Amino acid sequence: MWTLAVVVPLVFLAAFFAYPVAAIVARGFVANGALDLGGFADVLGDPRTWRVVAHTLEQAVAGTVLAVVLAVPGAYVLYRCSWPGRGLVRGLVAVPFVLPSVVVGVAFRALLASHGPLGFLGLDRSFPAIVAALVFFNYGLAVRLIGTVWERLDPRTEQAARTLGASPARAFLTVTLPALGPAIASAASLVFLFCATAFAVVLVLGGQRYATVEVEIWLRTTQFLDLRTASVLSVIQLVVVAVALWVSARARSRGERALRLVEAGRAVRPLRPLRSPVDAATAALTALVVALVALPLLTLVVRSFRRDGAWTLANYAALSGTGRAGGGGSALTVSVWAAAQNSLRIAVDATLLALVVGITLSLVLSRRPRRPFARRAIGALDSAVMLPLGVSAVTVGFGFLIALDRPPLDLRSSLVLIPIAQAMVAIPLVVRTILPVLRAIDPRLRQAAAVLGAAPGRVLATVDLPLALRSIGLAAGFAFAVSLGEFGATSFLARPDRPTLPVVIFRLLGRPGEGNYEMAVAASVVLAVVVGVVMTTAERLRPAGTGDL
Amino acid sequence: MTTTRTTRRRATGRTTGAALGALGATLALAACSLSSPSPSVTTETSDTPGSTATDGTGTAAPASSITLVTHDSFNVSQDVLDAFTAETGISVTMVAPGDGGALVNQLVLTKDSPLGDVVFGVDNTFATRAIDEGVFEPYTSAALPASAEQYLLGDALTPIDFSDVCLNVDLDWYEENGQTPPATFDDLVLPEYAGQTVVTNPATSSPGLALLAATVGAFGEATSDGTGGWIEYWEKLRDNDVLVVDGWSDAYYVDFSGGGGDGTRPVVLSYASSPPFTVGDDGTARTAALLDTCFRQVEYAGVIAGAANPEGARAFIDFMLSPEFQADVPGQMYVYPVDSSVELPADWARFAPLAPSPWTVPAEDIAAHRSDWIDLWASKLLA
Repeated sequence: MWTLAVVVPLVFLAAFFAYPVAAIVARGFVANGALDLGGFADVLGDPRTWRVVAHTLEQAVAGTVLAVVLAVPGAYVLYRCSWPGRGLVRGLVAVPFVLPSVVVGVAFRALLASHGPLGFLGLDRSFPAIVAALVFFNYGLAVRLIGTVWERLDPRTEQAARTLGASPARAFLTVTLPALGPAIASAASLVFLFCATAFAVVLVLGGQRYATVEVEIWLRTTQFLDLRTASVLSVIQLVVVAVALWVSARARSRGERALRLVEAGRAVRPLRPLRSPVDAATAALTALVVALVALPLLTLVVRSFRRDGAWTLANYAALSGTGRAGGGGSALTVSVWAAAQNSLRIAVDATLLALVVGITLSLVLSRRPRRPFARRAIGALDSAVMLPLGVSAVTVGFGFLIALDRPPLDLRSSLVLIPIAQAMVAIPLVVRTILPVLRAIDPRLRQAAAVLGAAPGRVLATVDLPLALRSIGLAAGFAFAVSLGEFGATSFLARPDRPTLPVVIFRLLGRPGEGNYEMAVAASVVLAVVVGVVMTTAERLRPAGTGDL
Repeated sequence: MTTTRTTRRRATGRTTGAALGALGATLALAACSLSSPSPSVTTETSDTPGSTATDGTGTAAPASSITLVTHDSFNVSQDVLDAFTAETGISVTMVAPGDGGALVNQLVLTKDSPLGDVVFGVDNTFATRAIDEGVFEPYTSAALPASAEQYLLGDALTPIDFSDVCLNVDLDWYEENGQTPPATFDDLVLPEYAGQTVVTNPATSSPGLALLAATVGAFGEATSDGTGGWIEYWEKLRDNDVLVVDGWSDAYYVDFSGGGGDGTRPVVLSYASSPPFTVGDDGTARTAALLDTCFRQVEYAGVIAGAANPEGARAFIDFMLSPEFQADVPGQMYVYPVDSSVELPADWARFAPLAPSPWTVPAEDIAAHRSDWIDLWASKLLA
């Protein structure tokens, strides 16, 4: 059974990720039937390559550090404290994560361009603009990953430290922060991968001047058919990602240990900004960040209600149509609502796939075998499941085309491939959401239950499940959101007769025609609302009938 | 101790068993959900190859099927496509795996195991690369109109439509600011038009590449040390504060003053067919294309070598040259039909005149120099 639990998800990842990626990368290293690694010398010898790698690292590190540093107080305010309207704000900060980055890029530029509301900052098409966008996209993710652990951290440990005379700062630094360490490392590694592989937003906001490895791979592959260079860059990207994952795994494993977890809600206390300076400071900072996150969203909402300088609902009414093209034609093959339906259906499939594979992997990864070999294998697997986030969507998309081209796996124009591609992106999120909680469960709880005569299934149902259920709900929300917003791999698999919501938004944006841009914005707002609702609902999933632990 | 360990091992064993059961069940569920028909399917021409979709009017089931590989801007009216299926008994499945560049590269990569039978959307900036790679089967359609012969590139590809990529000006802006709009490439580098132009990057956008090609046509090749010719012109543009952005949508909607946003630049890179979309309530277009700055992009269709249904592919190419399809082209794809006898939409006749003599560069020159041009351009313009 153990073997099967390891093998099934691995076969899935191998068939739909490792094999296609290896196939396309290998293409770049074969010239006239012979292995040719000369590309490495050429590409590594080109100073431009190092500039691109440096840009990637600078952007990703700056984006990650800023997002995570801001997310810690955010997680405290949004998850550890209770106050009216908290759920709404939680939903709001989750929205950017799935917005089509082309739309956000254009919205950001509209804010920052010299004539825009924030034009006086002079940030249009600059490095800070890119970093700000990366933080905008990933802040909500980091807040959630850290917050969901924090809200169940037993407050008594910190209270004990305080009783023994520790200052609030010292109690936080020596008790709470170490306990949150693994969750923070987890969040940081995910955010890093998302930042390092950001594509459209870098292109729109920074242009080729700030090209990242991801942008270069896209250019070399789709525009120049220079697979030799693209393959070398893909290998470089993998190395960067592997190093980042290794660092984060080290950080996690040092801090990862059984935590005292309590039922969500028991550790939460009201926010008291008037009485506690800590509450006041964190609340103020979080309010500022949330306002900055809300600003581009608000810009989109406002634009979605405007046409020709007047307020109108016409843009939303237009969603049941197919947009405008020249001479009375239409911009789309199906209405935006039909595309939304496709998106929802695909998202259900992608979520189920991601949850099944992700939960199975998490269960495997949460075990702590005694044999050193098994421990190392688990460590390696732990990092390997993150790789789908670290590989360019172009590489995966082109890999599908040349690897899955023969029966029994000729899936290139099959509708099945889209949810599979999206599940690939969601699986790392599912694992990183559920695993910290499973690992934090004190093994003695399970042992005690077993000793008292509980059958293994019952141990799972009464110990693991109630503690993990909330995370599973959250993971489902993430997977659903990822699927709804995914564009990269989907665009390579698109079937014009069955487009997804991000695909029609992209098409509307690329076609001149009265009202098409406004329609694209309205469709983005619809996407945002759906995601906000899904995320808020998903995390309300609570263990039914669990008493005190 | 031994007891505890055994218990634990057994526990994890069953845990995993339960999880795997769930895995199987969920995969089955997902498969169900995928294979169940969506409500919209029945109205579509075809879903899977060989399907016997009827369009509700009682048309006979198609005898065969083809897969059309195209780019993500392809569009055709459903009734026009249905007419093809009704006439020939061939149902059409479409796949659109990316933009024009990605399309050609995917054809090259999959030539041993073709993605479909017929391709539409290879343009003259990419065509030669694909022809040289041998991804097409020769076909000359008997339906080719005389007006399309000027666009032929050997016998591998059939021209279907074309468009002129041109700089557009915001007429309202010039009227409000009491200035005469620029008309030529040379005007754009004059001091009075400084800071007025926004264009797109040739590496990341196809109109950007077309503009670069137009300047190559207008100013000639650069010398081997990367000076003179077109690059000298671009340096003048740069010195006159041209703005380069990466995609058509942010150039048009963010920076262009006539794009509905709050943009400040009255000159933008777009198409000769863009002005009809800015026709206001007074019945006149608020923008105009500068017809001395155009590059003509021609889009081709071809039979994919190794096609499963080459006969069907040829029939589809003939269909694309038919008056019905040609007349559908402007409304669906913003391009001009290659058949000049086809009537254009009324607005187009008034506001979207074609460039009388667009700048041209031979397709093989573009294929040969594309990378060098873009690299040189990027080194001077983005530095």
